[in-house]
Amino acid sequence: MNSLIFSTISRLLVGLMLLFSVFLLWRGHNEPGGGFIGGLVAAAGIIVYGLAEGPGMMRKLLRIAPQTLVLIGLLTSVVSGLLPLLQDSSFLTGMWLFIGATETEKGLGLGTPLIFDIGVYLVVVGGVSGMVIALEEEL
Amino acid sequence: MNGLLIACLLVPMMTAALSFILTSDVKSRGVISIFGSIALLMLSFILLYQVASGGPVSNQMGGWQAPMGITLIADMLSAILIVVTAIVSLCVNVYAVGDISRDRIAGGFFTFLNMLIVGVVGAFLTGDLFNMYVWFEVMLISSFALLVLGGNKVQLDGAVKYVAINLISTVLLLTAIGLLYGLTGTLNMADLFIRVPQVENQALVTVVAVLFLVAFGIKAAVFPLYFWLPASYHTLPISVTAVFAALMTKVGIYALIRTFTLIFPGEHSVVDTTLLGLGLVTMILGVFGAMTHSDIRRILAFHVIGSIGFMLLGLGLGSALAMGAAIFYMVHGILIKALLFMIAGIVGKLGGSFELSRLGGLYQERPGFSMVFLFAALALIGIPPLSGFWAKLLILEAGLHHDAAIVITFVIIASLLTFIPLMRIWLEAFWKPQPLESGPKIVESLDSDIIVVENGSVKSAVPLVVPPNLYIWTPVLGLSAVMLIIGLMPGKIIELSDTAAKTLIDPSAYIDTVLPNRSAAPGNLNEVQK
Repeated sequence: MNSLIFSTISRLLVGLMLLFSVFLLWRGHNEPGGGFIGGLVAAAGIIVYGLAEGPGMMRKLLRIAPQTLVLIGLLTSVVSGLLPLLQDSSFLTGMWLFIGATETEKGLGLGTPLIFDIGVYLVVVGGVSGMVIALEEEL
Repeated sequence: MNGLLIACLLVPMMTAALSFILTSDVKSRGVISIFGSIALLMLSFILLYQVASGGPVSNQMGGWQAPMGITLIADMLSAILIVVTAIVSLCVNVYAVGDISRDRIAGGFFTFLNMLIVGVVGAFLTGDLFNMYVWFEVMLISSFALLVLGGNKVQLDGAVKYVAINLISTVLLLTAIGLLYGLTGTLNMADLFIRVPQVENQALVTVVAVLFLVAFGIKAAVFPLYFWLPASYHTLPISVTAVFAALMTKVGIYALIRTFTLIFPGEHSVVDTTLLGLGLVTMILGVFGAMTHSDIRRILAFHVIGSIGFMLLGLGLGSALAMGAAIFYMVHGILIKALLFMIAGIVGKLGGSFELSRLGGLYQERPGFSMVFLFAALALIGIPPLSGFWAKLLILEAGLHHDAAIVITFVIIASLLTFIPLMRIWLEAFWKPQPLESGPKIVESLDSDIIVVENGSVKSAVPLVVPPNLYIWTPVLGLSAVMLIIGLMPGKIIELSDTAAKTLIDPSAYIDTVLPNRSAAPGNLNEVQK
């Protein structure tokens, strides 16, 4: 699509949407959000950019081939599930690291569910944008 | 802590991802995939050994206890089927290196093949109905990808039928799962075994049972919902057809066995009679369908449907004897179908067609290979002492035990009739002299090793004539050897299938493995119910 207005706005939008997607991913453990929604928002941002600039630019924005992104995401999630096995717990058991925890404060919780969600995020981003790229390149 | 079950899922999953990420070289992708399937095979044997020596093995994901958490469980039936799946996976992976074109592999063929195996193994291992649905989806998405990979027009035509009917089946399955959850408040299969008899409205339970029967029946290609199978199987590369024919329908059968022994056992005699009737019709129809076709792949596709009928009979009769026979038949059916389709692929490569009228003279050219085909065909028909004989004998024995004269009659008729289409392949493709070159009209050639030819108004995808290489011979000969061993020494497998059948008939070991506190704290269950 050759529209100066759309292409200018899309650059603004894609940044905002990617930022928002990371925010959604981050808050997902305790509040609505998570890897799947975050990934969809990110993919929507990338698609907006792709509609304005064409599928070639979309590939450039992603840097990695979408299929590879999906599989890297899958591996990330699998690894997050395997980590607890080192501790002799079951596959996918949540392991938590509380940064700056005191007697009263819980601190900042970092855990394997976040890594799992990052994996889901990558799968969704790669999957959805990969489908759209394939469709756009066909047309 | 038991990581073995999850390893059986993760190994093919990692293989799928790594074979794509690590390299873009076609041969190395195949090699990674082959190593992955060897690892799965070893794991599956360890699992079988564990289950055989210590009873069912289960594992709760994330440490959340059943019935709340996600359960993986392997009883004898699952363990046997995973071993068989791993054998097929290894054979097909090796075969595919020699068979599948470069552009298909570049498109991720091995990734989808391994994800399909993940789905199959997942369905065998899960102890939870909703997860069963999820694994079916994993399997279906990968099979859709395999169906359209390469993307010629004939393939898309088959794929649309396949996708449409499978989506209907998925919707039915989800509806049934939703209703069952509404009735009982649980989807853990061991828990359902306890809860379903407590439901007041037993009529509704029967309705749900029938919904499951239809949903899984479509996936297993049971009469009258079988038509998608012969419509799609002949459009695919032979490696994909082999794995579809061997595994996909059997997962449907497995799901039927699991559902009707664990969730709806015994009392629903309407369903049992229906299963028996459907089994008989499916069996006969498969054989008649096979007789009417002249494309080797279609003939074999109808044999897949026929063998589904035999397995349903075992489930319909419902005794431990019959169930054991059905399980043995599954082992035999999965392996022999994979073998026959791989052999059909070689026939296609040597003769340049799958159409019987175009083939001929293979016996003169390749007497050794002809013997391999004859062996596989006789094993399927059930000539003693090959594996098909034992499978059918066991079904007959179960029929005699139930005084089910009609079952015995039909099994004998169907077995005899199976002879005709296979001997037609033998006579036409192998014994008849090579027909004069009529020269198929090539209409398109989208792929490097598949061309589309037009014969009258029928378009079909056929391979170019290329001599089969070592990658293709090895799995065929290896699998033939396995079939020969099963035929000559069926004792061990019959023993294992009988044990599996006993666990199905009396699932207390299964239930105790999933819900270890059931008998210790009966009050607990009631509390959860409130």
